[in-house]
Amino acid sequence: MRIGIVCPYSWDVPGGVQFHIRDLAEYFIRLGHEVSVLAPADDDTPLPPYVVSAGRAVPVPYNGSVARLNFGFLSAARVRRWLHDGEFDVVHIHEPSSPSLGLLACWAAQGPLVATFHTSNPRSKAMIAAYSILQAALEKISARIAVSEYARRTLVEHLGGDAVVIPNGVDVDFFAKAKPKPEWQGDTIGFIGRIDEPRKGLPVLMKALPKILAGRPQTRLLVAGRGDEEEAVESLPEELRPRVEFLGMVSDEDKARFLRSVDLYVAPNTGGESFGIILVEAMSAGAPVLASDLDAFAQVLDQGAAGELFANEDADALAEAALRLLGDPARLAELRERGSAHVRRFDWSTVGADILSVYETVTAGAAAVAAADEDRTTGTGFMARLGLARD
Amino acid sequence: MTATLIWILVALVAIGLYLSWTAGRLDRLHARIDAARAALDAQLLRRASVAQELATSAVLDPAASIVLYEAAHAARQAEEEQREVAESELSQALRAVFAEAPQVEGVRRAPGGEAAARELTEAVRKVPMARRFHNDAVRAARALRRHRKVRWFRLAGHAPFPMAFEMDDEPPAALVDRAA
Repeated sequence: MRIGIVCPYSWDVPGGVQFHIRDLAEYFIRLGHEVSVLAPADDDTPLPPYVVSAGRAVPVPYNGSVARLNFGFLSAARVRRWLHDGEFDVVHIHEPSSPSLGLLACWAAQGPLVATFHTSNPRSKAMIAAYSILQAALEKISARIAVSEYARRTLVEHLGGDAVVIPNGVDVDFFAKAKPKPEWQGDTIGFIGRIDEPRKGLPVLMKALPKILAGRPQTRLLVAGRGDEEEAVESLPEELRPRVEFLGMVSDEDKARFLRSVDLYVAPNTGGESFGIILVEAMSAGAPVLASDLDAFAQVLDQGAAGELFANEDADALAEAALRLLGDPARLAELRERGSAHVRRFDWSTVGADILSVYETVTAGAAAVAAADEDRTTGTGFMARLGLARD
Repeated sequence: MTATLIWILVALVAIGLYLSWTAGRLDRLHARIDAARAALDAQLLRRASVAQELATSAVLDPAASIVLYEAAHAARQAEEEQREVAESELSQALRAVFAEAPQVEGVRRAPGGEAAARELTEAVRKVPMARRFHNDAVRAARALRRHRKVRWFRLAGHAPFPMAFEMDDEPPAALVDRAA
């Protein structure tokens, strides 16, 4: 099968959607499919052979923050050329409602389109204003995928229609087979995420830490992620600060070893999550998970069966749960076991097969993808639109 | 005077272009429904065939075979109006027959059973997918067709008002459970 994948975010900037697309593309290539990924990228960044650059993304203020987007004539032309050259059986667009490559591809393509909605942001003002334009582009999509039941609900509320739920994939064995690192073992709590982004929840964990350390003074908190370390420990009493270790940004290998080593992985995120891939990674590595009870997290953790949940933003509840878990090795072992069994459904072998099933379903009754204006030259398009050639 | 005429002409052309664009959208949506319906039909047929094959292959006990055969046969032969009911009944029969994991294991152990079980798993997973995509297309087309501009200018032509395909497509738990 010839598969085209459209990535809306810069390939040079690491991010969840980009990793998802990279893994998906490589999975399909291993199965012998032909894959081409269209992504924004600087012209001088080295790209894997299956990635085609759609030009540099421009930073623009959008939806309350600065987003790097692709639009304009040049990008539209590149999208069109990519569609034309690719002759894809199916085109898979990620995040089609962001005003970037996804939307451009929706406009320009004709034929079986599949779209994955990653975020579950509430509808922005801009989207309400552009609703009718958006609707005209989005109604070309033959199959919609939401990454979680929560994302599906937001999608149905905001755009109408329906979607199938296929979770994000993880290479479970990569994490399960990583070697633990001795210096990260022994009564350790792990946290991975941007330090300076409050919604990742490190401040909540910092607030809970004195209580945890009062109960278990030997415990250490290991933090992996970018951000200002001084600022992060500011709220802690001076004498407790040495109990927190910052590892900075870690490589994929170290992330896997980190998750294999810690006794408890804590995800105190306070909101804005539509899936929670890090929880899946932690469970793959066999780390017991304690997470805030966000909708998306509760779903990934099977409503608390595969990992423990605490009331969101409640530092006391977090401290209490962490102390109870760390003091109960039998419960930790049980969580490890349940997590490892539960996480198999997120493995690429399952997720990839599901996505391929979607492709097969939409291509079953349809022709290949073409750039939308190609049929005008054959004489059916424009005349048909005027109602002169319709049956 | 001529200026007014030109403006009227420009406005008419603009309206005409807008309507033609809307007609194009509608046309595309109808094509999408047709493709989705064809895909759904194919998946339903595939599911019924696999079920019928299993029912006649003697890997199941006689009672289960008869139940499954009946349902699969009815689903394949159903008239358009009875289709939704017949397919729902096939879903129920499949759920009844494959309620327990050992039953699925039994099929897998039989010669050629591994492939049959895989085909059936595929089929029961793809039917709900295809149905969701179909009904999503139907919803989009209905939303557009209810719009004033489409009704007043009869942009939909003689195309029948699209109907959603409603059925019970819940797959048997033992077949789709992925937990290792």
